Amino acid sequence: MAAPQQPEHLWRTPEPKRAYDVVIVGGGGHGLATAYYLAKNHGITDVAVLERGWLAGGNMARNTTIIRSNYLWDESAGIYEHALKLWEGLEDDLGYPIQFSQRGVLNLAHSLQDVRDSVRRVNANLLNGIDAEWLEPEQVKEICPILDISPDVRYPVLGATFQSRAGIAKHDYVAWGFARAADALGVDLIQDCEVTGIDVHDGRVTGVQTSRGPIAANRVGLSAAGHSSVLAAMVGLDLPIQSHPLQALVSELLEPVHPTVVMSAAVHVYISQAHKGELVMGAGIDSYNGYGQRGAFHIIERQMAAALELFPVFARAHVLRTWGGIVDVSPDASPIVGLTPIEGLYLNCGWGTGGFKATPGVGWCFAQTVAYGAPHPLNAPFTLERFTTGALVDEHGAAAVAH
Amino acid sequence: MLLIPCPWCGPRDETEYRYGGQAHIAYPEDPAAVTDEEWARYLFFRDNPNGPFAERWCHSAGCRRWFNLLRDTVTNEILAAYRIGEPRP
Repeated sequence: MAAPQQPEHLWRTPEPKRAYDVVIVGGGGHGLATAYYLAKNHGITDVAVLERGWLAGGNMARNTTIIRSNYLWDESAGIYEHALKLWEGLEDDLGYPIQFSQRGVLNLAHSLQDVRDSVRRVNANLLNGIDAEWLEPEQVKEICPILDISPDVRYPVLGATFQSRAGIAKHDYVAWGFARAADALGVDLIQDCEVTGIDVHDGRVTGVQTSRGPIAANRVGLSAAGHSSVLAAMVGLDLPIQSHPLQALVSELLEPVHPTVVMSAAVHVYISQAHKGELVMGAGIDSYNGYGQRGAFHIIERQMAAALELFPVFARAHVLRTWGGIVDVSPDASPIVGLTPIEGLYLNCGWGTGGFKATPGVGWCFAQTVAYGAPHPLNAPFTLERFTTGALVDEHGAAAVAH
Repeated sequence: MLLIPCPWCGPRDETEYRYGGQAHIAYPEDPAAVTDEEWARYLFFRDNPNGPFAERWCHSAGCRRWFNLLRDTVTNEILAAYRIGEPRP
């Protein structure tokens, strides 16, 4: 598939104004989508997105682009399925090619407990109106012929869940599509603008201090993934978040060999093949807290060992590039989206290893949260207070990688 | 990969260790008496600085003892390793 022709400029490069109605901190996928839906759904266009580096240069540039909605609990099904439905119309909505490819996702089961959990999740998905099937090993092989389903390996494939509407998209194009559309609606995208402080008076947010001067704002939405704790600390707000390195890698370009997305929580790897031909792989986080955007090579070695166990055909493929991002891991593997104790300050974080798939969904819901000062029904369960009330949304199973 | 100085065994590869998160978190003296908020803070809230961080490690494939490490979470520079019970340097 040929890359789309890019116009010379996708968005303006404005100087920051001294005041905005809404400031979104973080110019990644979530921040850009939030700004877009603020303008499109709510007519709020006096909006700045502040990005300390370049647009979509953090986790949006580093993730493995898997999109799916096959989570266990109703709360998660709600927001992830809302996102998936938006993905299905996003190219038309943004007027921008995003190479969204619904090639399906297989979540493999390797033990009897895996099988039970997977069948339970399929049933939960079906009850929530989400497409899901349980497949026996031979059916798995039909969908992905290069997968080794022989019983004489250390962790044989005992079956898999399959969501056929799942898939991948071209992450950069997604970000650029949201950025261009938001810009066209009047949103200012300010790059190279680091937030160094958040102004609060009488319990209400009044603006932010930045590397490009102070910017006043009636409302501020934090959407900074791995750096959320650092931002929240500026107003004395503690978050139940730990930032970890998460690594991924690509192989050199190969002929199309891998028709779907395969994830295995047990042997611990997830693999798809990008449109261009690279095998894209990821696995679990590095164990320690880290803000360095890099991890250790033994993590890469383990995930390649797991990949070879599943796909012996990859034995001669070469690693082209590995990299790391910083993910904001929450205690229950679910996000924190909603209000804070400070009036006008809103929080979107805790997506951990799985935020990309939610991009349009959380943008939609977070925009409404900011617009009305009250949570959208789909992010209402994902409060900061749930860690005190105990109403956790435990998605460690469906999150598919060990957090 | 980190080269971590175990206070008992000396420098060893990261793969010999298990991570234990933030150090110096005391179990509440009277768990039944704490409020829901205090209990939540004990269970779920940990510091998450971008800079020096005191954290626990266990030399699980070596002497199997826990110890504390002071490490910069941005550069991974290890500033100190010290035994359980010793104050943060």
